Amino acid sequence: MITVYVPRDAAALSVGADEVAAAIATEAVKQKKDVKIVRNGSRGMLFLEPLVEVETPNGRIAYGPVSPSDVADLFKANFLEGGAHKHYRGATKEIPYFKMQERLTFARCGITDPLSIEDYRKHGGFDGLLKAIAMKPIDIVTEVTASGLRGRGGAGFPTGIKWKTVHDLAADQKYVACNADEGDSGTFADRMLMEGDPFCLIEGMTIAAIAGGATKGYIYVRSEYPHAINALKEAIEIAKKANFLGTNIQGSGYSFDLFVRRGAGAYICGEETSMLESIEGKRGLVRYKPPIPAIEGLFGKPTIINNVMSFAAVPIIIAKGGEFYKNYGVGRSRGTLAFQLAGNIKQGGLVEKAFGVTTRELIEKWGGGTASGRPVRAVQVGGPLGAYLTVEKLDVPMDYEEFVKIDAMVGHGGLVVFDDTVDMAKMARFAMEFCAIESCGKCTPCRIGSQRGVEVIDKIIAGTDRTKNLELLEDLCVTMTDGSLCAMGGLTPMPVMSALKGFPDDFHRAPKQPVAEAAE
Amino acid sequence: MAKSPSRPKDGSIKAPAEESHAARPVSEARALAICVHHGNRPDELLEILHALQHELGHIPETTLPVIANALNLSRAEVYGVLTFYHEFHRAPVGRHVIKICRAEACQSMGTDALCNHAEHKLSTKIGETSSDGKFTIEAVYCLGNCALSPAVMIGENLYGKVDAKRFDEIVGSLDKETVQ
Repeated sequence: MITVYVPRDAAALSVGADEVAAAIATEAVKQKKDVKIVRNGSRGMLFLEPLVEVETPNGRIAYGPVSPSDVADLFKANFLEGGAHKHYRGATKEIPYFKMQERLTFARCGITDPLSIEDYRKHGGFDGLLKAIAMKPIDIVTEVTASGLRGRGGAGFPTGIKWKTVHDLAADQKYVACNADEGDSGTFADRMLMEGDPFCLIEGMTIAAIAGGATKGYIYVRSEYPHAINALKEAIEIAKKANFLGTNIQGSGYSFDLFVRRGAGAYICGEETSMLESIEGKRGLVRYKPPIPAIEGLFGKPTIINNVMSFAAVPIIIAKGGEFYKNYGVGRSRGTLAFQLAGNIKQGGLVEKAFGVTTRELIEKWGGGTASGRPVRAVQVGGPLGAYLTVEKLDVPMDYEEFVKIDAMVGHGGLVVFDDTVDMAKMARFAMEFCAIESCGKCTPCRIGSQRGVEVIDKIIAGTDRTKNLELLEDLCVTMTDGSLCAMGGLTPMPVMSALKGFPDDFHRAPKQPVAEAAE
Repeated sequence: MAKSPSRPKDGSIKAPAEESHAARPVSEARALAICVHHGNRPDELLEILHALQHELGHIPETTLPVIANALNLSRAEVYGVLTFYHEFHRAPVGRHVIKICRAEACQSMGTDALCNHAEHKLSTKIGETSSDGKFTIEAVYCLGNCALSPAVMIGENLYGKVDAKRFDEIVGSLDKETVQ
């Protein structure tokens, strides 16, 4: 029997992976070939999806991008034994895009069957949890602190410190909450991991629960991710049956119940306190801080909140030690980050790499330039609240502190590339518009400021009293930055101001108009 | 489709209050059953609304007091949640809701042109339903398919690299399904 891998990742499905899998199954029957199709996660080379892999004596051989109409031809080319074909990519692990990465969190993603617990165990899965069970909770916290892991959701707060706060509190009930409301444009790492290696997230959260003394956990997944939701729900049931979740996990005495909650299309629910409100079944209004969620979080109880990527880094940190993880990275940015190459990029996908790599390297070495073939003009790093970088800034290493120095942020590691046809005044306007649409409405600078921001930028674009309105826009941005309750209003000025400073010409295109004319 | 939402012939979106009387008892009974299924827990409100919308296509106004009563919440609280989240529909929508991503990554790959094309093709506007009641177009912000932009989602099906031609093919195949 020959094993063929066709990803079940939503991105692969979006370009026909299901149809390709069905075509392979049909053709195999027709040709009387004994083929077993495994629906794996994605390897992250999304530009090659659907990427079909065949298990051969020489390892896994890749073909991509495969369309259903290629399948008969692939059989003719004897792809089941690694035969040559126009979509032949050679051994998957030797493809430079893949080989040049440093995969810690995504070590299994795309390799294993995401819902096979045996497969997961075979590839080092639950090593971290089994080790954690034998450790004192405080030692787990110490190990995570030693690894230098910082919140991968974007804020970069040291994970160990959060855990320590929850660990030290006495409470009748504590929670672990996973933020899987990956709403930033240009990010899909959380989704890929939840679909491609869901046990990894479950393991990381269970370790967090043991460390913090929590017995219940929630994963808050955005409703735009139905495939991830289904994968997680199935994985939770499988883990429960295998006693890696539930009561008395592996005879340790620790118990942990995990639930999936679905969002409902509100970007703001990716803000941690808004997410808590939403899990509680309420409007996603941001909470005042203090109290911080580690002290008064979900249902008013101490709660460890982390992003999917933070939790998913934990199993390997515990299995191989904090020191191992810390050896990757630069400065105070330790370990690896799952960079996501998105937008106008030729070879889009996920690149897990230690901190220190530059935006230019990612775009050129991995991305292969723009999809349109035109020059890169701007790159937005870190989601809709991140800065637009000019090409001069692409050589700054990916490092939380280095990015702060250039008024930008690494965030979640998403890169959205724009070619030279982009109108940056329009992008600045969009940042304000997006904030106006998605603001929770609790604080004035965000709710009203974003609306005024759209109007002011419209006037600037139209050339109405431009000098005064540019001043007004800067002033508004300061108010939003300083006066907003959370990062939504607080960081919206970042893309706006970076566009204004980096691409001033785009704001001065229309001829100037006198004020009176605009008043009409 | 097993259950299509009640929809006026002209496809216009009716105010929720105008919901036909005949549909009421069914919706209310379903709302109640779903609440019971979720243990009447107020923290499950979003899940309850998702389940109800999945069955009815939208959340009829008449179900709000039923849900409020079952979960021991005020009607205003349920209404507040319903209106906060973009995903929930208070009025009937088209048989297929086409979500087109308008976030930055998709903008860099021409989603604006795709949106224009979709509006033209289906003779409706973003946020509205086509006059035959088949399609509703919605703008969404990120579907997590940013390396294969522009992205579109219909039901639970995700589509990548959607240009005008592919959009027409997808809509064409849905149209065929609807007829069958």
